[in-house]
Amino acid sequence: MQSLIEKIRQGKFSDFPGGVHPPQRKTLSNQTPIAKLPLPQRLYVTIKQHIGVEGHLEVRPGDMVLKGQPLTKSMNPFAVPVHAPTSGEVTTIAPHVSAHPSGLAEMTIEIRPDGKDEWIALAPLQDYQNQPKLKVIERICHAGISGMGGAGFPTHIKVSPKKNVEFLVVNGVECEPYISSDDRLMREHAWQIRQGIDVITHLLNPKHVLIAIEDNKPEALHAMQVACQENPDYVVCSIPTKYPAGGEKQLIQVLTGREVPNGGLPIDVGIMMQNVGTCFAIADAIFTGKPLIQRVVTLSGECFDKPGNVWALLGTPVSHLLQQGQYQPKRQRSRQLIMGGPMMGFNLVSDQVPVVKITNCILAPTEREMVQADEEQPCIRCSACADACPASLLPQQIFWHAKAKELDKAGEYNLFDCIECGACAYVCPSQIPLVHYYRVAKAEIRLQEEEKHQADKARERFEARKLRLEQEKAEREEKHRQAAEARRKALEQQESTTGNKVSAAVARAKARQQTQAAKEETPASDKVAAAVARAKARKARQEQESTSRDKVEPGEESKQDKVASAIARAKAKKAKQENASTAPDQAESPTGEQQTKASAGLNQTRESGAEPSEKQPAGDMAPSKDTKAARVAAAVARAKARKAAADQDKDQKLSPAPESASPTVALEVDEEKKQRVAAAIARAKAKKRVGVSSTDKQQDKSKS
Amino acid sequence: MSLRIASSPHQHSKRNTGSLMRLVCYCTLPGFAAQLWFFGWGTLFQFIIAVAVALGTEAAILELRKKDFEKALSDCSALLTALLLALCLPPLTPWWITALGAFFAIGIAKQLYGGLGHNLFNPAMVAYVILLVSFPVAMTSWLPPQQLMQQGYGLLDSLSLIFTGYSNEGYSLNQLRSGADGFTMATPLDSVKTDIDLGLTVEEAMAKPQFHEGTGVGWFWINLAYLAGGLVLLKAKVINWHIPLSMLLAVSVTAGFLHLMSPDLYASPWFHLFSGGTMLGAFFIATDPVSASTTNLGRLIFGASIGFWVVIIRTYGGYPDAVAFAVVLMNMSVPLIDYYTRPRTYGHKARR
Repeated sequence: MQSLIEKIRQGKFSDFPGGVHPPQRKTLSNQTPIAKLPLPQRLYVTIKQHIGVEGHLEVRPGDMVLKGQPLTKSMNPFAVPVHAPTSGEVTTIAPHVSAHPSGLAEMTIEIRPDGKDEWIALAPLQDYQNQPKLKVIERICHAGISGMGGAGFPTHIKVSPKKNVEFLVVNGVECEPYISSDDRLMREHAWQIRQGIDVITHLLNPKHVLIAIEDNKPEALHAMQVACQENPDYVVCSIPTKYPAGGEKQLIQVLTGREVPNGGLPIDVGIMMQNVGTCFAIADAIFTGKPLIQRVVTLSGECFDKPGNVWALLGTPVSHLLQQGQYQPKRQRSRQLIMGGPMMGFNLVSDQVPVVKITNCILAPTEREMVQADEEQPCIRCSACADACPASLLPQQIFWHAKAKELDKAGEYNLFDCIECGACAYVCPSQIPLVHYYRVAKAEIRLQEEEKHQADKARERFEARKLRLEQEKAEREEKHRQAAEARRKALEQQESTTGNKVSAAVARAKARQQTQAAKEETPASDKVAAAVARAKARKARQEQESTSRDKVEPGEESKQDKVASAIARAKAKKAKQENASTAPDQAESPTGEQQTKASAGLNQTRESGAEPSEKQPAGDMAPSKDTKAARVAAAVARAKARKAAADQDKDQKLSPAPESASPTVALEVDEEKKQRVAAAIARAKAKKRVGVSSTDKQQDKSKS
Repeated sequence: MSLRIASSPHQHSKRNTGSLMRLVCYCTLPGFAAQLWFFGWGTLFQFIIAVAVALGTEAAILELRKKDFEKALSDCSALLTALLLALCLPPLTPWWITALGAFFAIGIAKQLYGGLGHNLFNPAMVAYVILLVSFPVAMTSWLPPQQLMQQGYGLLDSLSLIFTGYSNEGYSLNQLRSGADGFTMATPLDSVKTDIDLGLTVEEAMAKPQFHEGTGVGWFWINLAYLAGGLVLLKAKVINWHIPLSMLLAVSVTAGFLHLMSPDLYASPWFHLFSGGTMLGAFFIATDPVSASTTNLGRLIFGASIGFWVVIIRTYGGYPDAVAFAVVLMNMSVPLIDYYTRPRTYGHKARR
């Protein structure tokens, strides 16, 4: 039985299931050396270019920065800083379109280069092998290095693992068609990449180092072999070209035959993977002290007159790169730019999108090169997608479930193991955008989970509250019960024990004391109380007399009562006059008449039922004022009634409720239904009130 | 500047449904040609009738369903269904039977289920089964290979027979079918089956003139031609090897087992492999993507089951050939097979 490393050395690799062979088209861009670019007009440095959290801003608009100066800083382990790609002035710090499929604006530092390209003082880490590892890791973090292969995971976290690393895999596979940035980097800077590998090896101390390169890059393979020949532990592996062999999980499977367990990390099977670009950046950070401020970007596609690779400063807007590559938009019927490769890249929403740490390619294909997908056709269940899937999923089944929104079923078919490599959609004869369906389904599932989580939380809170309330209630009841018990016991004790005599004595003493005190108080307080009682009695008598007199015996009234009855009569007369005066209005505005009646009725009730001593507003009592007020009220009522009649309803019976005595109530409600209901109520009340007012009138007549 | 936004992948293989279907059609050509060679022009007319009715039906129903039928017709799936049906029918089947079959295949078995991709059963085979059950005599009236026929018949004779029932010379189909000895010549499968029922041994049954070296004259070459076409399909990666291989293996094993038990009662695997619709079924019918199993293990089970049922039904059933029955039978089992044969996803433990 050969050991794994022997097999690897002999080039005996495993295979991963599925995979596709799209046209490579690498020669379009990998024939020329990596070009240097002139400085762009503006640089847009997105402050978060990695997976994790962003740092705090260290600069403000107007600040002058030097090349390599950190722009953000954070103590959070998941934060890596970004640096000024060149010297110049920070003009604004504001949201700017981001290098993300959504194109959403993200906080971005805009720098206007001053053209001097002046570095800050660089401090290489001397003799790193004799430095504490932590210092090296710190240096990698401060250089702003995050995985440059695509994920953008902070490198300093990756190179300080808790578990032992058996294989360090350096990923130079670059399986995406068109892209050749890693290819050119390996060809031209193999030595520095190896230095970076040395640093990582020093940090991780892996048993073996594998440098994996697809066999369609013989020059890069050769360059890396030459660079690594001194160290026999470094094995340069030429792996068969097949998309997506460069995927982390797939490459692990190819090299070692191992699979990263579901939900686990490569380190769980003893493997750590780093991109060649990351290794290069690490070497830069350690040996020259330069932070990560530039990277190789491939400009490819037949719309470029000058395709190739360029050193692009992070933050360079794509438009600048297009200009350098001599992009010819006329060759595209509908303009389309892709950041990344043709299989996993995303369309740019704007040419102002900046280059970020994971940007490896800008693709501008002609329509002939990349046929626009036709309209989606029905799935014929051919399973070409399943044959192509590197994760051994059943893309077709997931598609059916995703389309039918049966998200739980889609999840059951391991939707979340999909790496979105696009192989299934590439082969689909029905042109179904499968990956898009999966992305949508994944997003929906995440959303659902989020909602469920929140609902669960809310329910938990509610249940906890309910429980707490119940507990409190129970406690209260228990307390009450205990208190009652205690009282009962105390009582029993008092009765039964000898202490009862004592308490009886005490009680007697107290009683004696009380009577004594009462005797002492009697002379003064008794008199007062008697006077109060007399006054009250008088008042009560008066009240009784006045009410009975009003109705029964007008002859026996006191002077005061006479005045009151005179006032009442005057009011009644006044009311009658009012009635007479509003009579012409009656026909056209019954509500007004009723209003008057209502106020008159009110007055009658007052004069007949109210006690003379009752505190009334002076206006009500004074006849002249009352008349004035009644007139004003009548006028207001008429006006209101007219308005109501004009505005609202022809129904003669419609009248305001006597209690509210205001037609505006009816005015305020404008919905028909409410009107109808109100009208019905009003009718009923009016009927009732007509009865009341007629009795009032009778009373009135009898009095006058 | 407005930029076009699409979801990745941006690159796409050149293959589409239409090109796949057309490729399958082309790969039937060797077998088609062999059938024409041995059984005359009839099959060509069957093909024309079937295609016309199938496309017409598809267009009409899609129109009713308010779908763009021009686009749907260009996927050539109806064409392939019609072609497969025509290849299965006896060459001189009356035109209306063919038309009925084509209508049934597209209208009932495909469109009523929801159109392309939604049909549970292979449309051509459902139509064939319906026709076979409904018109057993017409559907089993294969003429003997032309080389063995008393009365030859040409292009116009075929046309006349299909549309009127009589050849230009006034011979009826049955008269044409009569061999030199005056007996009706059935297909090899039919003949062997009948003879065994009559108490003859397989060897005696195969002594008849329509047999040559253990297989039917003509039928051997037709099957061979379909095998060649099927290998092209495999090479072009239009179909996977799982279904044809497992089906042919299962035919061999099942027939071989029976043959070993009693060589006199049961024909040899060789005979089963190269008779009737075995090769056509294995490469062109059972592999229909829509109605076949979609997982690799499922395909193996699906193909093997078809092979098993083909031999069993041929031997014990009431009809001479059994590919259609076996395929339709297994079509029914596909959802179950698919459900239980899901592959192990990367990084997951094997399913128990």
